[in-house]
Order: sequence, then C-alpha cells, then structure tokens
Amino acid sequence: MSVAILRQGDYLIASIQVDLSDSQVLELRDELSERIGRVRARGLIIDVAALDVIDSFVARSLGSIAITARLRGAETVITGIEPDVAIAMVQFDLDLAPLRTALDLDEALSLLDRLTQGAGEDEA
Amino acid sequence: MRHEVRVPISSDADLVPARAEGRALARELGFSQTDATLIATAISEIARNIVVHARSGELVMTGIQQPHRYGLVIVASDAGPGIPEIDTALERGHTSRRSLGLGLPGARRLMDEFEVETDAAKGTTVTMTKWRARDELERLRARRRERA
Repeated sequence: MSVAILRQGDYLIASIQVDLSDSQVLELRDELSERIGRVRARGLIIDVAALDVIDSFVARSLGSIAITARLRGAETVITGIEPDVAIAMVQFDLDLAPLRTALDLDEALSLLDRLTQGAGEDEA
Repeated sequence: MRHEVRVPISSDADLVPARAEGRALARELGFSQTDATLIATAISEIARNIVVHARSGELVMTGIQQPHRYGLVIVASDAGPGIPEIDTALERGHTSRRSLGLGLPGARRLMDEFEVETDAAKGTTVTMTKWRARDELERLRARRRERA
C-alpha cells in the first residue's frame, strides 16, 4: 500500500509510504475526502516525508486536499517536509497559505488539538 | 560513474523513476543532497510538461566534467504540438491548461541554465543544467590520475 491511513480518535493520519505519481496524489485526495465524512474526522495529518520532491503539482494538490478537508469539516496539518524539499518549494510562486505544517507527528497532534479545541481528546 | 541515463516518458507514472534517476545521477556526480532535490524537482516539472503537452517524450540526463566544475545536463524532448507563446509560459505565475503553468518557470529557477526550443512542427526541447565547482582535492586527484 502506498499510503497508510490510520484513525486516532477524531483524527485521520495519512502516512505516505513511497514516492507517489500524480494520479496517486489525486486518488489520495479523493480517498481522504471520502473518509473524513465517513468517520466524521475533525482533523487530518498528512506525513509527506516519503515523497521524493514536492513540486508545483504536489504542493497545489496538498493545498486542495486541505481546502477540501475544511469543506468537509476537518483541519489539515502537513508533517515531514524535509529541509531540502522546503528549499525547492520556495522556488515556485505557490500560495502556501492553505498549508498548515508541523515538524513531526507530536507537534501535528497538539496543533490539531488547539485548532479543534481538544475535540480529538474527548473521544480518546 | 554512469554518464548518460535515458528515461522514456509516456504517463505521469514515469515521473517517479525520472526523479529517482535524476537524484541518483546527481549524487554520483557529487552534488549535495539539497542540489539533488532541486534537480529532481526540476526534472519532475519538465517531465510533467511532456505528459501534459505532448503525451510522450524522453529525458536524457548526462553528467559532464570540465576542468573546474561538474555539470548535470538534462534534455527533455517531445514531438508534441509545441508550446504557443513560450515567453509568456516562462513568466512567473503564468497558468496554462490544467493550471500547470508554474512548472517551467519553477524549473528554470531551480537550475543554473535553462533553454527552451519549441516549434509547432518539431515539438519541444528543454535543456537545463546544474553546475557544481570541483574542489581543490578533486582537482588534485584528477591531476594525479593524469600523471599516473
């Protein structure tokens, strides 16, 4: 499986396992949007450390996943952007505003707890 | 050291091996991890450009050595319909069909040299190069090898 999607309380954690093709990125967007509704997730964490690069397409897709998730009632936090990948991302004139990021899973979880006012802990 | 790597491009799935091959060749040529990522990102953009505008084409990546520097040259060629208004396509923030317009200007900024030849009859060829200086130690080793 190229992306492992786990559920923790009110949150979904999508951990990308291998570098993805463009089609797989779009499939992930659709899959996450559907799952958010199905499990009534309030938060979504996407770990992108396994992606070889974050080019203009992937960056835009992550932004559209975040916006789609918000329309479905969930906040999104991206983790695992490596330093060299971040340096490359700066070269594109991308609107990175929809992307909330955290350095690791712990930080992402506490950020989501703040964003959703502890909704994730209520169920746990 | 491999000196030339060819990657045929005919679908978005081919971008994955293209990025990996480019990164591997960059590392073999002694580029830093960061430069290898910049190169792999630029490769991803121009390979996607082939898929979107021409459906299929080819990437040829070549390592070159000069007295004071190493280079990685990437040539992306296709026999597609060409890119109309190429100057506009290379401007910052330009968006084209399927809004992939950030690709070419982004790739240009990631590389040291970047050139596009496009023609409705012949298709499009993008040639881009990243350089890295050879340090003193590498030059010394090269001189010793020549003497030996």
